[in-house]
Amino acid sequence: MAELIAKTALDGQRPATGAGLVLATLPPGPVWSIAPFPGVDLAPVLAPLGLAFPTPGQSSSAGDLRLIWTGRDQAFLLGGAAPPGLEAFAAVTDQTGAWAGFSLSGEGGEAALARLVTPDLRLAAFPVGHVIRTALNHIPAIILREGRAGFHIRVFRSMARSAWHELAAVLERLAARQAAEQARPVPTAPVG
Amino acid sequence: MRLTCPLCGPRDRREFTYYGAGDYLSRPDPGAPAEAWDNYLHLRDNPAGPTRDLWYHDQGCAAWLLVSRNTITHEITGVELVADRKGGRDEA
Ligand SMILES: [Zn+2]
Repeated sequence: MAELIAKTALDGQRPATGAGLVLATLPPGPVWSIAPFPGVDLAPVLAPLGLAFPTPGQSSSAGDLRLIWTGRDQAFLLGGAAPPGLEAFAAVTDQTGAWAGFSLSGEGGEAALARLVTPDLRLAAFPVGHVIRTALNHIPAIILREGRAGFHIRVFRSMARSAWHELAAVLERLAARQAAEQARPVPTAPVG
Repeated sequence: MRLTCPLCGPRDRREFTYYGAGDYLSRPDPGAPAEAWDNYLHLRDNPAGPTRDLWYHDQGCAAWLLVSRNTITHEITGVELVADRKGGRDEA
C-alpha cells in the first residue's frame, strides 16, 4: 500500500494571539468513538485503564488517555488507542481524520468563547474536566475545559478553517478593545 | 426561549431543530388501514393547552426530544429523551 502522509487540518498554521490568549492547533493524535452496546456496562473493560465511562458533560482521565462525553451513550477516547477487546462491548470507530483540534490558553478564555457560544463556560459553571457539545457560532463543537486557563476545542475537520477564523477574529477584537481602553484619556475632575 | 435537554441542560432555542407533532412517534403498523396512515401523516389536532412536539438537539448532543408545552401559556412543562421511551431504542 502507498505510504500516506498524515496531515492535521490547518497543517502549518501558526498560533494566533491576542488579549493574553493563545489559539493553537493541537498536535495530531488519535480520536476513537466509543458507543457502548445497549445495556452494556463498560466498567470492567475501562477500570484496568483507570478510566470510567463519562456521564453527560463529564470526562475521565488517566495518564495520556482521556475519555470525553460526546453524546447519548457515546464518548471519544483521546490520547491513545482503544483497549483491545473493547469492540465486543461497544461500537468502536476511528474518528481521527474527522476532527480538527484547537487549544485556547490563557486567562479569560471563557470571555473569548462567550462571544461565540451561548452556554456559560465560566469556571464556576463549567469546571475543569467538564465537556460540552454546543455551537461555536454556527459550527458544531466539542469543548473541554482542560484547566483553569485552558480549553480544548474540537470541530469537524471540514469546518476547521471557519472555526479558526471565528476564534482568531475574537482574539483580534478583544485585543483591539483592550488597546482602545488603555488609550482612552483618564477623565479629569471638573473644575469647581 | 430555552429547552432543557435531559443530557445537556438548559440551552438556547437556536441549538434545536423543530420536527413536528409528537404524533410522529405513534407510527401505525405496516398493515394498518389507509385511514390510520392518513391520520398519522396528515391530520393534526390544534389544541388550546398541553401539546407535545418533537425537537432535535442538532447543535448539542444530537438526541431526539419530546417536548411538552402549553399553547395558551407558552410554558414548557417537560423535555424527555425519545430513546428513553418504550420502544425508543433498539434492544440488544
Ligand atoms: Zn442535548
